[in-house]
Amino acid sequence: MDVQTLGITVLWTFLYGYLIVASIDFGAGFYAFYSKYTKRDHLTNRLILRYLSPVWEVTNVFFVFFFVGLVGFFPDSAYYFGTALLVPASIVLVLIAIRGSFYAFANYGSNDSMFYTFLYGATGLLIPAAMSTTLTISQGGFIRKTNDTVEFLGTKLFSNFYSWTVVALAIVSVLYISAMFLLFYADKAKDEGATPLIRKWALFWSGPTILVCALVFFGLKNQAAWHYENILNGNWWWFAASFLFFLIAVTLVYMKKNYGIAFVAVMLQYAVAWFGYGYTHLPYILYPYIDINKAVVNETMASALVVVFIFGLLLLIPALYLILRLFLFDNDYVRGKSSK
Amino acid sequence: MFNDPVVLSRLLTGLTLAFHIIFATIGVGVPLMVLAAEFIGLKRKDPDYILLARRWTRGYVVTVAVGVVTGTAIGLQLSLLWPSLMQVAGQTIALPLFMETFAFFFEAIFLGIYLYTWDRFKNPWLHWLIGIPVVIGATASAFFITTVNSFMNSPEGFKIVNGTLTQIEPLKAMFNTATPTKATHVIVSAYLTVAFILAAIAAFHLLRKKTLSAAETAYHKKALRLTVMAGLIFAFSTALVGDFSGKYLAKYQPEKLAAAEWHFDTTSEAELIFGGILDQQEDGSYEIKGAVKIPYALSILAGGAPNTEVIGLNEFAKEDQAPLIVHYFFDIMVSIGMYLTAISALFILAFRLKKLNPYNKWILRGVFIGGPLAMISIEAGWMYAEIGRQPWTLYGIMRTADAATTSTAVGPMLILFSALYLLLGTICTVVLLRMFKKNTVGKELQELAENHHARGEAMFVDDNK
Repeated sequence: MDVQTLGITVLWTFLYGYLIVASIDFGAGFYAFYSKYTKRDHLTNRLILRYLSPVWEVTNVFFVFFFVGLVGFFPDSAYYFGTALLVPASIVLVLIAIRGSFYAFANYGSNDSMFYTFLYGATGLLIPAAMSTTLTISQGGFIRKTNDTVEFLGTKLFSNFYSWTVVALAIVSVLYISAMFLLFYADKAKDEGATPLIRKWALFWSGPTILVCALVFFGLKNQAAWHYENILNGNWWWFAASFLFFLIAVTLVYMKKNYGIAFVAVMLQYAVAWFGYGYTHLPYILYPYIDINKAVVNETMASALVVVFIFGLLLLIPALYLILRLFLFDNDYVRGKSSK
Repeated sequence: MFNDPVVLSRLLTGLTLAFHIIFATIGVGVPLMVLAAEFIGLKRKDPDYILLARRWTRGYVVTVAVGVVTGTAIGLQLSLLWPSLMQVAGQTIALPLFMETFAFFFEAIFLGIYLYTWDRFKNPWLHWLIGIPVVIGATASAFFITTVNSFMNSPEGFKIVNGTLTQIEPLKAMFNTATPTKATHVIVSAYLTVAFILAAIAAFHLLRKKTLSAAETAYHKKALRLTVMAGLIFAFSTALVGDFSGKYLAKYQPEKLAAAEWHFDTTSEAELIFGGILDQQEDGSYEIKGAVKIPYALSILAGGAPNTEVIGLNEFAKEDQAPLIVHYFFDIMVSIGMYLTAISALFILAFRLKKLNPYNKWILRGVFIGGPLAMISIEAGWMYAEIGRQPWTLYGIMRTADAATTSTAVGPMLILFSALYLLLGTICTVVLLRMFKKNTVGKELQELAENHHARGEAMFVDDNK
């Protein structure tokens, strides 16, 4: 594997990690608000908080890791995306800042107000919505290079139907992934009040998820023909597999069986679709300006980054294992029994 | 000026950094102090120190959250506002940037564990051990990110041939000439600042002694002794490293030192100029008025001997000189550093010699203002570091004006982020104040005393409250 493929695979994997953990976090924020609003928070919110409290900062790092790594492996992306995305990226930053700090204010600062929960819930949907537009932008047509600058065609993006279907996909996916995870967590906690309610959420969002998925998939044909052709060229099976995993997950939940395996199926559903999408997007990071083969950083830096990455993983995997063992796989903690 | 993307990008970056550095400094220093307190508490079996560690941690998580989100902001803003700089940085200095995310990842994971496992282990030392990766991660983050700033001052580890970058050596770029002094200076001064902020809190409570119970007074005195002792150690270290930084500048970035010292003509036996104002003469030269002049001091700072030749600003072209205002930032930084050394030394001496009451009202007041002053010193130090490097963003390689974005939307973003920081700063302060007012030391100490017979689980109040 050449270094640019390795680099983009690492980055794409981290972004996948972010997709999963952030979806859980974002969706949980929305559900926390929704439960509170419908006065059912006594059923669910203790459960949600018990999972979220120790891990929210870890979630954020996945994102930082991705964009720092992107600039490291493909410095041109700093130039193109940096110049073009000043406004949308700044808005995402403000939303992330509000979300993260208000979470801490509400949770650690014991200011349990409806307004903070609202901010926390609303940003949970707005952030993925705004972030997902980068996927559409990367397929080309919304960034124009002129002689000495790079221009972002914001109005074009705003009035583009396909771009809105991607936004919709991001939002329903967040709610779907999150509900599926919380269902597993609630079941593990043997929380009989929360489980049926969360199961309803999970089933409710599965329909829209698959509908919007199909819409995005077929919308690609008109939006980015090059990408669509790459998929049809022998790479459609990624998405068929994704659909299969979706069916497994929903069937299990419907039959009230094995919520753990159901969540694994959800992760696989998104994994194959995500990597299929990424694989067929290559060699472009930003069509047609950033081609991984031309934009890759010099070889010395690339190998240094890979070495650091490997050492970093050796350090992180045991640490991640530890935090998961303590807060996700420790039955006493999950059930809220152990003293904190 | 206000529609110039370069000026606006500098303002926005400066604003984000000025806000972020408060929380970043707290983030680097507090874990160390928490671990010190928990160590003493476990060693001496003194619950006061454990309570101290727990209360500091509780405040810390709120500031960490703001640190994390503003750190994310500056991380992304670098690419958004300085795309051309980051294009070069990606090729040359990406390594420590990448490492920093790992260090932070590591810290975040263990902080999560540390926060929620106070009473989870049978052996309390296990909990203390979990704090060690937090300290290492926090300090390593500071180190890695400062190497990037050092690189901006001393870009090494690459060559430019016909406009393209070649012969790239990532490790040499990371461990450049400026790295040793700069990284140590940043880390030690963060420890110093945090020690003083925590000391200021203790001093504040002791100054309102009348309302304190005996147990509370004892608690705050312990906090004060620990933090001021740490403050003294770090104040001396900071002064020492600061001296090395001066020598680094004199040798490698002489115009930066000269701008800070208003040192115009190259001379040996150079005097150090403190304060004063500049009066521009008709021929464009400057006359310094009202300054305190310390003979030989600049030569000693620059080279360790009174006869060291110090290069003056006039040796450099006008367009390569930094703004002369940095003189004041430098003076503020140094004089606060000296003040902190003096006041902590006074307290410790009084405590050891027992001739003077260390809890004397005036010493307490002196320690109290040390907290905010230390933070001002951090701000002034960074303003000197960044404005003093101008007109360069990469010293000698890339000018700031050539690195900025060409986007016309920086102005509105500046307003947006100003509003954000104002909001976060205000609410963070309110939340912290309310948090500690609601759950006072007195209340917690009382709960401690009541539960004294049942050591272990019930010993401490729930941190989640």
